[in-house]
Amino acid sequence: MIAEAGLAALWLAALLAGAQLLFAWAAVAKGNADALRLIRPVTVAQGVLTGLAMTLLIILFLRSDMSVYLVAANSHSMKPFIYKFAGAWGNHEGSMLLWVAVMSLAGAAVALFERGLDKRTHIATLGAQAAISLGFYAFLLLASNPFARLDPAARDGQGLNPLLQDPGLAFHPPTLYIGYVGLSVAFSFAVGALLTRQVNARFARAVRPWVLAAWILLTFGITAGSYWAYYELGWGGWWFWDPVENASLMPWLAATALLHSASVLATRDALRAWTIMLAVVAFAMSMIGTFLVRSGILTSVHAFAVDPTRGSFILILLGIYIGGALILFALRAHTVNEGARFDPVSREAMLVINNLLLCVILALVLIGTLYPLLTEMMGVRVSVGPPYFNTIIGPIALALMVVLVIGPMLRWRKDDAKLLLRRAAVPGGLALLALIAIVGLSSRAVGLLPTLGLAVAAALALASLAPLWKRNLLRTPLFTYGMVIAHFGCAVSLAGMASESAFSSERLAAAKPGDTYEIAGMTVRLDSVMPFAGPNWTAMQAALTVSKDGRVIGVAHPQARFFSDPPTPTTESVQMTRWNGQLYLVLGEALEDGRWQLRIWWKPFVTFIWLGGGLIALGGVLALIGRVRRERRNSKAQASAAAAMVAA
Amino acid sequence: MSRLLLFFALFLAFPAFAQTALPPAPYADRQLDDPAMEAKATALMHTIRCLTCQSQSIADSNASMASDMRSEIRERIARGEEPEHIRAWLIERYGDWISYQPTVEPILWPLWAAPLLLLGAGGALAYGRIRRRRNAKS
Repeated sequence: MIAEAGLAALWLAALLAGAQLLFAWAAVAKGNADALRLIRPVTVAQGVLTGLAMTLLIILFLRSDMSVYLVAANSHSMKPFIYKFAGAWGNHEGSMLLWVAVMSLAGAAVALFERGLDKRTHIATLGAQAAISLGFYAFLLLASNPFARLDPAARDGQGLNPLLQDPGLAFHPPTLYIGYVGLSVAFSFAVGALLTRQVNARFARAVRPWVLAAWILLTFGITAGSYWAYYELGWGGWWFWDPVENASLMPWLAATALLHSASVLATRDALRAWTIMLAVVAFAMSMIGTFLVRSGILTSVHAFAVDPTRGSFILILLGIYIGGALILFALRAHTVNEGARFDPVSREAMLVINNLLLCVILALVLIGTLYPLLTEMMGVRVSVGPPYFNTIIGPIALALMVVLVIGPMLRWRKDDAKLLLRRAAVPGGLALLALIAIVGLSSRAVGLLPTLGLAVAAALALASLAPLWKRNLLRTPLFTYGMVIAHFGCAVSLAGMASESAFSSERLAAAKPGDTYEIAGMTVRLDSVMPFAGPNWTAMQAALTVSKDGRVIGVAHPQARFFSDPPTPTTESVQMTRWNGQLYLVLGEALEDGRWQLRIWWKPFVTFIWLGGGLIALGGVLALIGRVRRERRNSKAQASAAAAMVAA
Repeated sequence: MSRLLLFFALFLAFPAFAQTALPPAPYADRQLDDPAMEAKATALMHTIRCLTCQSQSIADSNASMASDMRSEIRERIARGEEPEHIRAWLIERYGDWISYQPTVEPILWPLWAAPLLLLGAGGALAYGRIRRRRNAKS
C-alpha cells in the first residue's frame, strides 16, 4: 500500500505541475485573476506531495519491504539503520525522486517566501519552475519508477555497495542535489525575468539569496565529498579529477561566477546579459552533471548507479530546457541593455576577470571530461587525467587567486592604479617573503606551482582581511564578514593543497608485528594484526602505535574489511590528525610469508584543504543571513514609508 | 562491444604480463632504496591508468594488475630506464588509454590548444568591452 500511495502522490504532483504551468501562463500572458490566486497554493501542494513520496520511499527502505524492486535491489535487512535510510537515495530511481522532491520543495519555498520580485516576474518564475519539473516527472514516472513492485517478493535484498556504507553517504548526495536543484531556481528566475523584461538590480537582489543557498550546499558537498574520497578510497588522494567529481565541480564553478556577477548587477546594475547567461549555464552544468553521473557514459570510481539507456532521456531534457532558454535569451537580448559602465581599474573589472577565469576553468574541465568520449567516437581511446588537469588548471586557478587578492581592494566604478599599488604592497611583500622562505629553507626541491601556491596563499590570507581594515567592526554588515571569511577560506584551502603536494612523505612496507618505521620524525610500530567482526562485515585489524621522541601519541586501528553482501573487500584507513597535518595509515593485503602490507603517509597541513572549504561555506552562510536581513529591513522600511504617505 | 573486446584482450594479455613479473610482484608495495629513483617511479605510477579499475591510477589501486605494474615500473626504474621510455613501452603494449598524461599525438592537439584559445578569446572579449565602455564615456 505504501508503494502505491507514493506512486499516486507522484502522479498527482505531476498533474499539479501541469496546472501550475497553465496558471502561470494565464496569469502572466492573459492577466487572469483566478489563475493568479491559485498558483501559489498549487505550487505548495505539489511540494508537499513530492515530499510525501520521498518520505514513503524512505519508510519502505526502513521497513526492508522486499516486495518493492528498488529495496530488494539496493538494500538488505541486516544493514545498519542509517544505511537503510541513506540507501533510499543511493541508487538511480531514489536519487531522481530526491531530485524532483527537492525541486518542487524549492518551488514551494519560492512561492511562499520570495518577496523581492515584482508580481508578474514572480509568477513567471513559478511557471518556469513548473516547466522544468514536468520534464523530470516524466523521466521519473515513465523511465525510472522508484515504487515498482517485485512479484514474487525477494527473500532478502542484494545489499548496498560497501564503499557507500559510510556515514558520508547519508549526507553527501542530498547536499549536492539540493545545490544542483537550487541552481534550477536561479534558472527559473532568469527565464521569468526575461519573459517579463525585468532584468535589473531588483532581479539580481532577489535571485542572489537563492544562488547563495545553492552555492553553500555545493561548496559543502564538494568539500565533504573530497574528504570522503580521501579517507574511504584509502590512497591518500583528495581530488582525482574523476568525471563524477568534475560533474560536481562544474556547477560550482558556474555558481561561483554567477554569485559574483549577480553582486555586480545588484550593486552597480552592470553585467545584465552576462548574469542571465551565467544562470542558464549554471543550471546546464547541473543537468550535464546529472547526465554524466546517471547515464554511466563515463567510467568512474563513483559511478555506482548507472544505466546508459536513461542517459538519452536526460540529454533530451537538457536540450529542451537549455536550448529553450538560449532561444528566449536570443529573442530578448536586445531588450536587456548592457547596464552601467565602469573603468578598467575598478572592482567591476576585476570581477569580470574573475568571471572570465572561472568560465575558462569550467570550459576546460568540461572539455577534458568529454574529450575521451569524442576520441572514442573516432576509434581512439585516450585518458585525460590528473596530469592534464593539474598542469592546465593549476596555473589558471592560481591567477584567479591573484585576482582575488586585488579585487576587494578596489573601489566600485573607478579607482586609481597608483593607490592600488600602495595598498597591494604589504600582501605582495608577504608573498615575496614566503617565496624566499620556501626556496631558502626547504630541504627538498619543491615544485614551481606549490611554491607559488604557498606564496599566493600568504598574500591572500592577509589581503582577504583588508575589507575590515579601519572599519568599525561592530557596525560592519554581516555579509561583509561573510565575504572576508569565504576569501580567507580560499587562502587556507590553497595553502593546504600546496603544502600537501609539496611536502608529503610516504612509506610502503611489508611489515611483521614488532617492525617500526620512521616518518616525519614519528615512529610507527606494528603491534599486531587480529581478526575483527562488524555488523555486516569481517575484518583484519592492525594495531599501530605511533610515538614521537619516545612518547606515545596514539594507537591506530586500520582495517582490511570484507563485506559479504555483495562480497567485496575494502580498506578502512585511519587518519591521526595533528595540528600540523595528518598521519594516514592503511593496512593492505596479507603476504604469503605472514607479513602485512602497510602504507603510511605524512601529509602536512592537508586538513587545511577541507577547513578552507568549510570556511568558504561558512562565509556563504553569513552572507546569506546578512543579505536576507538587509532585504527584509529594506522592504519593511519601504512599506512603512508607503503607509506614512497614505496616512499623510 | 569495443569495451568487451578490450576487456577480453586484457584478459589474454594479463597472464603474459604476470609472467614477466612473477614470482609475486616484489616491488608492488615496496619502495626503492634510492629516494630519487623512488620519486621518479611514483611520479610515473600516478600517470598510468589501472586498466581493471574505474578512473584510478595504478598508484591508487588495490587491483592485482596494478600491483604487478607498480612492481614492473619500480624494477625498470631500478635498472636505470627512463620514465618516458617505460611509458612508451606501456602505450605500445596497451594503447594510449593507459597513459593519463595526454601525449602529443595530433588527436590531442585541440586539448592542449583549448586553454590558450579560451584565454585568448575571453581576454579579447573583456578587453574589447572595457575599452568600448571607456570610449563611450569619453
